[in-house]
Amino acid sequence: MGKKSFALPYVVWMIGFTIIPLAMIVYYGLTDHTGAFTFANAAQILTQEHAKALWLSVGLSVISTLICLLLAYPLAMILKGISKNQNSLIVFIFILPMWMNSLLRTMAWQTILSNQGVLNAVLSFLGLPTVRIINTSGAIIFGMVYDFLPFMVLPIYNVLLKIGQDKVDAARDLGANGVQTFFRVIFPMSMPGVVSGITMVFVPSMTTFVISNLLGGGKILLIGNVIEQAFTSGSNWRLGSGLSLVLMIFIFISMAVLAKYDPEGSNVI
Amino acid sequence: MKNTMKKIYLILMLFYLYAPIMVLVVLSFNEARSRVVWGGFSLKWYKDLFTNQAVLSALRTTLVIAFVSALAATVLGTLACLGINRMRRAPRTIVMGMNNIPMMNADIVTGISLMLCFMAFGVTLSLNTVLLAHITFNVPYVILSVMPKVRQMEGSTYEAALDLGASPVYAFFKVVVPDLLPGILSGFLMAFTMSLDDFVITHFTTGAGVNTLSTLVYSEVRRGIKPTMYALSTLMFVSVLVLLILINVRPQKKKDVVE
Amino acid sequence: MDRTLISLVDISKKFGDTMVLDELNLTVRENEFVTLLGPSGCGKTTTLRIIGGFVQPSAGRVIFDGKDITKLPPNKRALNTVFQKYALFTHMNIADNIAFGLTIKGKSKAYIQDKIRYALKLVNLDGYENRSVEALSGGQQQRVAIARAIVNEPKVLLLDEPLGALDLKLRQDMQYELIRMKRELGITFIYVTHDQEEALTMSDTIVVMNQGYIQQMGTPEQIYNEPENAFVADFIGESNIVDGIMLEDKLVEICGVKFPCVDEGFGQNKPVDVVIRPEDIRLSETEEGLLRGEVTHLIFKGVHYEMEVMAGGHEWLVHSTKCFPVGTQVSLRVKPFDIQIMNKPASEDEMAVEVDG
Repeated sequence: MGKKSFALPYVVWMIGFTIIPLAMIVYYGLTDHTGAFTFANAAQILTQEHAKALWLSVGLSVISTLICLLLAYPLAMILKGISKNQNSLIVFIFILPMWMNSLLRTMAWQTILSNQGVLNAVLSFLGLPTVRIINTSGAIIFGMVYDFLPFMVLPIYNVLLKIGQDKVDAARDLGANGVQTFFRVIFPMSMPGVVSGITMVFVPSMTTFVISNLLGGGKILLIGNVIEQAFTSGSNWRLGSGLSLVLMIFIFISMAVLAKYDPEGSNVI
Repeated sequence: MKNTMKKIYLILMLFYLYAPIMVLVVLSFNEARSRVVWGGFSLKWYKDLFTNQAVLSALRTTLVIAFVSALAATVLGTLACLGINRMRRAPRTIVMGMNNIPMMNADIVTGISLMLCFMAFGVTLSLNTVLLAHITFNVPYVILSVMPKVRQMEGSTYEAALDLGASPVYAFFKVVVPDLLPGILSGFLMAFTMSLDDFVITHFTTGAGVNTLSTLVYSEVRRGIKPTMYALSTLMFVSVLVLLILINVRPQKKKDVVE
Repeated sequence: MDRTLISLVDISKKFGDTMVLDELNLTVRENEFVTLLGPSGCGKTTTLRIIGGFVQPSAGRVIFDGKDITKLPPNKRALNTVFQKYALFTHMNIADNIAFGLTIKGKSKAYIQDKIRYALKLVNLDGYENRSVEALSGGQQQRVAIARAIVNEPKVLLLDEPLGALDLKLRQDMQYELIRMKRELGITFIYVTHDQEEALTMSDTIVVMNQGYIQQMGTPEQIYNEPENAFVADFIGESNIVDGIMLEDKLVEICGVKFPCVDEGFGQNKPVDVVIRPEDIRLSETEEGLLRGEVTHLIFKGVHYEMEVMAGGHEWLVHSTKCFPVGTQVSLRVKPFDIQIMNKPASEDEMAVEVDG
């Protein structure tokens, strides 16, 4: 049923459109305009402006990843309980927003959170003090959690589905109460899903420039914004490539550390 | 008590997920341009949408890119699955590892790397470069959904067809492809949706004057939002909803028959 | 062995509109090996899960050691379960799996180490402490599941089709091992299976169930030799079940021929079901038998020949070490002791049983 050579077009494609382009980033990131080798571009990350953007990105994405995990885990557990009886209907409802253009959804949060927006309209209608959340880090976290929550829910839900009721029964049978069963059996067994979910939330949060642009009002610069500007408005490819290189290495190290918590190394998506 | 808590949590999360969508839908029917003042029910933004050439052309571009790139990715990915399945362990691990790169990599890095590559080799950014980029990030999703089906097949049905006198080509199209069809279809739809939803990679690889809906929305946002966009997003949501219902109803029926 | 340990009193269970168990009563004595036997959907697993505490009965009580434990959660019950698909914790090694229950109870490290060693020895897996669960074969996983349950020193071990996933040879070996373990541990086993051979081999008491009712309860010999109804006769081993008329005590008419038997108390001219095991029918070519017929099928089965004999308008299944080729005219003889008489099913439920069986 097919030969090894069937994979050849795609292997060539990957080399042309994945490997070589990544090599280009490495090349541009590590050379100056004469083509000579230099660390100067990557070292730009140490300037105060760029370092601040990087740490802000790390901070905001860690916070939003944690919030996502805290919101998604109970949600995935509830969905697992429901879907036994009601097929995938409920899960389907939770996945649906994910398929809507994320730009438009983020844009809608701008409408809701802005100072004259829906949220404040509701608050003032209720006689409550209005809040200034748009164009702050809080709004960016809000957007990240909203945009990437399904990416946390789905892998955890998929892993939880695979943990048979018999494992829970076994733990109960051996004397574990509900809390012990959760922390000693369910949660450790769901680690592959958790790790996968963390990856799928952390990476896009860490590298976004859209959310910070739309909800941060262009005043808050994340590392994604710095890189994007280097390519679009600044046209400084070497700087952008150097910073991308640092970003890639940073994410790679984070993932390697995280992989220690997923002994099976399985990818659950 | 416990169940009530669960229901409340579920409803709150649903509300969180659907709040922006509801806002967009409501505002798309707002006569007034304001985001807060209700100026009465109106379809004028929908009318504007259908006469707005920029929006219509962006819609066309988006659909063409999504369809063509999903189709190309499906062919490329399905063939690759059959080939990868025949490989020995070491090369298979390498190819699958490479395959994971676009999925695990940040969109911005994928976008930038492709843009650098196109520029360095003197390729002008255009609709074609966007297409190439979309095919690149779509294939992994096709492989993700076709690969399990290929593994399940284990070659026995293909061999059975040959045993019964079918030629390899006949067996491939009459036995292998139908066997993989559910995986191929869901891979295609996933790729289509990913392409439709993409902004970041398109943003970096598109040329002057070529706009998809995403890039158009992004530029509109900068200039101030015109409610035409709300109307557009409402229509998009409804069509995706209908599309998803169609996808989800079909396989479920099949399952019932099997069980 | 005489003291009552578990009593199920009028247990009923409904899942939605489906009645899975209907006023079931069952008593298990201390140190007994009880097997719940029946086809899938007969309610045997539900019964076991009610004893284990995983399913709440819709009505009725579970009495354990004189106390009502109907509402007690599984973690508070002094019994442990070996699950159908083992339900081992794949994120732990074997030692941690076995230690799970003891760790929860807060036992000392030394005690737990001792127990793990003892349990692994009992199940013939010495030295497997640090292996991962996934590296084990099905049979080995089964042993770990048993070890994990017994280290908690339960008074009762519940086993839910524990050998169902193993291949034939391994299954037979494990049957002997389970009997050995039970002797060494001296605790009560409640065992669920649909395999009649397993039940006959291991049990002190067999409870045959169908459609939520207990059909018969007794020793393996009783169940096999004196089935109380057509369902039990058909489910346990192979048998010929034919219509008969009980003419008077110790005389039954089958296919128009009068057979002497040993059963009494059915009254006169009463329609009954007659069970005759295939190995209890003697064939001969002489004319001395009561019923004559012709061999229509012959299959060699290794230990014996299996034949079908058309006689008196009924096709009889016969096992014999002697071979009678197809077409041979034979006579059939049955010893009075080997004829088992059963009442015709009276209630609707038992009718349903017969149709189903």
